[in-house]
Amino acid sequence: MDLTLKVWRQASSETEGEFKTYPASNVSPDASFLEMLDEVNEHLNEIGEEPIAFDSDCREGICGTCGLMINGYPHGPQDGTATCQLHMRKFNDGDSITIEPWRATAFPVLRDLIVDRSPFDEIIQAGGYISVNTGAAQDANNLPVPKEAADASMDAAACIGCAACVAACPNSAANLFTAAKMQQLNLLPQGNPERYSRAVAMVETMEQYFGSCTNHGECEKACPKNISIDFIGMMNRDYVKAQFKFTARDAQNKGK
Amino acid sequence: MTTTERRPNVHRRQRWEDWLGGFFSSSVGLKWLMAITGIGLLLYVLAHMIGNLKMFQGAYEGGEYAIDLYGEALRSLGGDLVPHESILWIFRIGLILAFVIHIGASAALTKRNWDARGTDRYEAQRHYAAANYASRTMRWGGIIILLFLLYHLADLTFGWANPDFVYGAIYDNVVASLSRPPVAILYLVAQVALAFHIYHGGWSLFQSLGFVNPRYNVWRRYFAIGFAALIFIGNTAIILAVWTGAVA
Repeated sequence: MDLTLKVWRQASSETEGEFKTYPASNVSPDASFLEMLDEVNEHLNEIGEEPIAFDSDCREGICGTCGLMINGYPHGPQDGTATCQLHMRKFNDGDSITIEPWRATAFPVLRDLIVDRSPFDEIIQAGGYISVNTGAAQDANNLPVPKEAADASMDAAACIGCAACVAACPNSAANLFTAAKMQQLNLLPQGNPERYSRAVAMVETMEQYFGSCTNHGECEKACPKNISIDFIGMMNRDYVKAQFKFTARDAQNKGK
Repeated sequence: MTTTERRPNVHRRQRWEDWLGGFFSSSVGLKWLMAITGIGLLLYVLAHMIGNLKMFQGAYEGGEYAIDLYGEALRSLGGDLVPHESILWIFRIGLILAFVIHIGASAALTKRNWDARGTDRYEAQRHYAAANYASRTMRWGGIIILLFLLYHLADLTFGWANPDFVYGAIYDNVVASLSRPPVAILYLVAQVALAFHIYHGGWSLFQSLGFVNPRYNVWRRYFAIGFAALIFIGNTAIILAVWTGAVA
């Protein structure tokens, strides 16, 4: 396959970026999208040009490091996969492919196609954990968990934090990420004691960086793990209910 | 990895937001407010449509129009127990508050969303997979509905836009207005905008309020479609009936 790539090039977050066009020739239809970029980079190395910088790690769709806007689709036109799981056979010989970084105020471009996703870390630091020391693994079934809760929690836990939800959202909202990271804990007995404190802390940290949800559902379609926007509804419910609970924030403000 | 200097937060809390408390300054809280006021406005639109259907009832034997008596009944709610029109004004104030909160919250959220999105746009055409026409036109649709509402008040409540306006003669006023084709077309356009707005809002409100359960999730969409269709059919029936002369 011979393709034409239109790639966003930007030397650093301080400099202006621009689109550059590169030919990609003799691309194997069995190559993954990232392997195709690797080959283009080898060619760029040979001719002495700076290779295209992009994030990748596991290359099997479980780490959430890669993430490109490909022809206007987050992670490309294939449903339920990350960029690394997209194969070139999904494209046609002679195609022109536009490759862009995620766009959001919260995600400044570091270089070319790499963006700084550290606001996601801050959301996790705000409440995406449980404080109790759970000790060594208990015997199975010591702690009863309803099957439905375990399943739903597992669905939320599939989130790999790639930020395709933010990239897809017309409002650059991070509600799907935040909801998944919150509900995977809130649905289980281990996470339940801090449920409402977590809801307040994670939502309010999220809102410092990201837009608000207008319930388009674009994030759900873009998600490589097909995480449902039902979790956003559950997060909204927890945040509303938290207003009537004594949360960690209220404990801090006591006496002020 | 190089660390970039973090840009200022998209959303800095303003003083009024601290006064209103954390919940009502949060985006999730503002969406909750929009859902609650949205429900109030949906109930109003439904009651308004049902009341308007009295246009089809025409005149009683005494020669008085059913809808004129209905209007008088609204003004004299509470009978002699309370001053004339007082109960109606309580409803009107509630309605105005619902509008102000609904529009104010959406304006604040829109500002935040634009800030969060920044100025860098995607080069390639975005392919919307889930967002529909209704969900993407909520802001402009809402503005169209607001502008229509102002005209509608000037037309049939205050009578400024209606040269044949007679206070209390609702039936004649409606017929006089809607017999003019430009006005009838304006009313029809507004009904289309309203139907789209309800199609998304009637579903979205459940999500904002946190009413999520696989058991009834599918009914949220049915509710939105049903409600939008009910309002659209009821209101356009009146407009078309008057325009075509079936009700005159």
